[in-house]
Amino acid sequence: MIEILQVLIFGIVLGSIITLGAVGLSLLFGILRFANFAHGDMMTVGAYLALVFVAGLGWPIYAAFPMALAGGAVVAIAIDRVLYKRLRRTAPVILLISSFGVGLMLRSLVQFIWGPQSLVYEPGIQFPLEIFGLRIKPDHLVILAGVIILVILLHLFLQYTKMGKAMRAMSDNMDLAEITGIETERVIMWTWALGGALAAGAGIFLAMDTRLQPFMGWNMLLPVFAAAIMGGIGKPYGAIAGGMTVGIAEEMSTLFFSPAYKSAVAFALMVIILIVRPTGLFGGRSR
Amino acid sequence: MELTGLIGYLIPLLTFAGIYAVLSLGLNVQWGFAGLFNIGIAAFFAVGAYTTTILTTPPSPNYLGGFDLPFPVGLIGAMVASGLLALLIGLVTLNLRADYLAIATIGIGEIVRLILKNEAWLTHGVRGIKGIPKPFDTLSPEVQTLVYLLIVLAIVLIVYLAIERLLRAPWGRVLRAIRENELAASAVGKNVLRFRLEAFILGSMIMGLGGALYAHSFGFISPEAFDPMFATFLVWVMLIAGGSGNNRGAILGALVIWFIWSITGFLANRMPPELMTQAAALRPFLIGLMLQIILLTRPEGMLKEKPPSVTGDEGERRGR
Repeated sequence: MIEILQVLIFGIVLGSIITLGAVGLSLLFGILRFANFAHGDMMTVGAYLALVFVAGLGWPIYAAFPMALAGGAVVAIAIDRVLYKRLRRTAPVILLISSFGVGLMLRSLVQFIWGPQSLVYEPGIQFPLEIFGLRIKPDHLVILAGVIILVILLHLFLQYTKMGKAMRAMSDNMDLAEITGIETERVIMWTWALGGALAAGAGIFLAMDTRLQPFMGWNMLLPVFAAAIMGGIGKPYGAIAGGMTVGIAEEMSTLFFSPAYKSAVAFALMVIILIVRPTGLFGGRSR
Repeated sequence: MELTGLIGYLIPLLTFAGIYAVLSLGLNVQWGFAGLFNIGIAAFFAVGAYTTTILTTPPSPNYLGGFDLPFPVGLIGAMVASGLLALLIGLVTLNLRADYLAIATIGIGEIVRLILKNEAWLTHGVRGIKGIPKPFDTLSPEVQTLVYLLIVLAIVLIVYLAIERLLRAPWGRVLRAIRENELAASAVGKNVLRFRLEAFILGSMIMGLGGALYAHSFGFISPEAFDPMFATFLVWVMLIAGGSGNNRGAILGALVIWFIWSITGFLANRMPPELMTQAAALRPFLIGLMLQIILLTRPEGMLKEKPPSVTGDEGERRGR
């Protein structure tokens, strides 16, 4: 029993990291109709940006976090300006290929600058807290709290700011949004900023949970997509449920299968959802 | 002396370019003809390579088989295994949107990689399998590599002629019609799913063939060789650079990009040791950059797609 609860805790931590990635991915898809295959690598970039402040400038991770989020947003906007904006008029699938290439470029850039070895923010071992026989690392609590705060902030932004409303309007009906005078290019810029920042946040939390490694984000692409699809792609709120489901399922699977097959579980879940409910658990868009 | 050195460098270069041409032609059937977005090329490549290895190597206690069967049996086995995998994936994902198919193929790539790594009874795990035989092992090694190059080139030619023929046949025309306008194609009674599935399976079988050729050429395979970057991304860049939808473009793209990739590798190896890992990391970046420049400036690639004429081959010939 205690073992199951322990695994559940790992699952919730992993699930919250996946959630953060999936929410951004879903948001981007909802507004740009574009599955961003570079999303995992944007997570990696965010994690390494935080490392610049932590290892380079000696800042604590709490101060580096917002800077890396801003950096992730800037990187995302820059990529959009240079590449995607120009390709947006062509077939959407060209954007897909381009983002696949962008992901590869980011990954090799990270490897070029920081090298292929794995790194950590703070050297040393964190001693887990013992609560009712459960081992919980302080970092796990930080990650969970951080994800909850970011998701609440995003919720407030989408619900109560003018830009957030414009985003939801564009996600619901692009043409109608344009007719009502919403500046689509500005909304797109904000969408990338949010997507990039959320990805950076997910990357930093992932690095806190494991280590910094050039392939860390690429390896998360599958669970993040599975979560977004499960929540009904284009529906950021659904992505929360999707992310938690995928994270918990991945960790729970280690009770039955070799942990080596953890990422296969995300895939299996995704395939089942695609067969049974292609529009996601809560009926997202089908086209 | 210098000449033999150059030839010694050219033969493997051309052999690998030929193997990539086979992969690129396979992707062209899926993406160029049918608009199917497969970024799990590595999976089919790997399944092909491992199938032929298990079939043709002498018996070994380290992995399944080997069955010591002749080279052609290995190639056919590789195609069958990749085709079966494609059938499985295709049945589930082909009626979904392009981006769902894409993410599903990433998943397949990942799972195949995990299986190769972890199921040691089947594949000898991360240690890989060595001693994969080349055909005609009675010849001297130099002649044997040359003969193997000729075999690869002959297979490129056969695959090219076969799918060029298919593209002009009614089958290829229906595929193009589906790619251009799915609704119209199904309105005239074409079974869209079935044609897509056939294209996906055919393309994957060709990729499996490429994997088999790779295994026999290199003589050693391990899960490392099927990194998503290596197999999948390079092939995509080759097809896009060459011209998707054009089979000659697919071959030309494979040649040009493989040459560029090899030259950057050659240069990276000449770097001082302290810069070598950095230079190696920069190579995929440059290939990615090239892809973006092509997409921005010449998305149709070096050779444009030439749709078969409406009046059929006869009319086309007379028209020229």
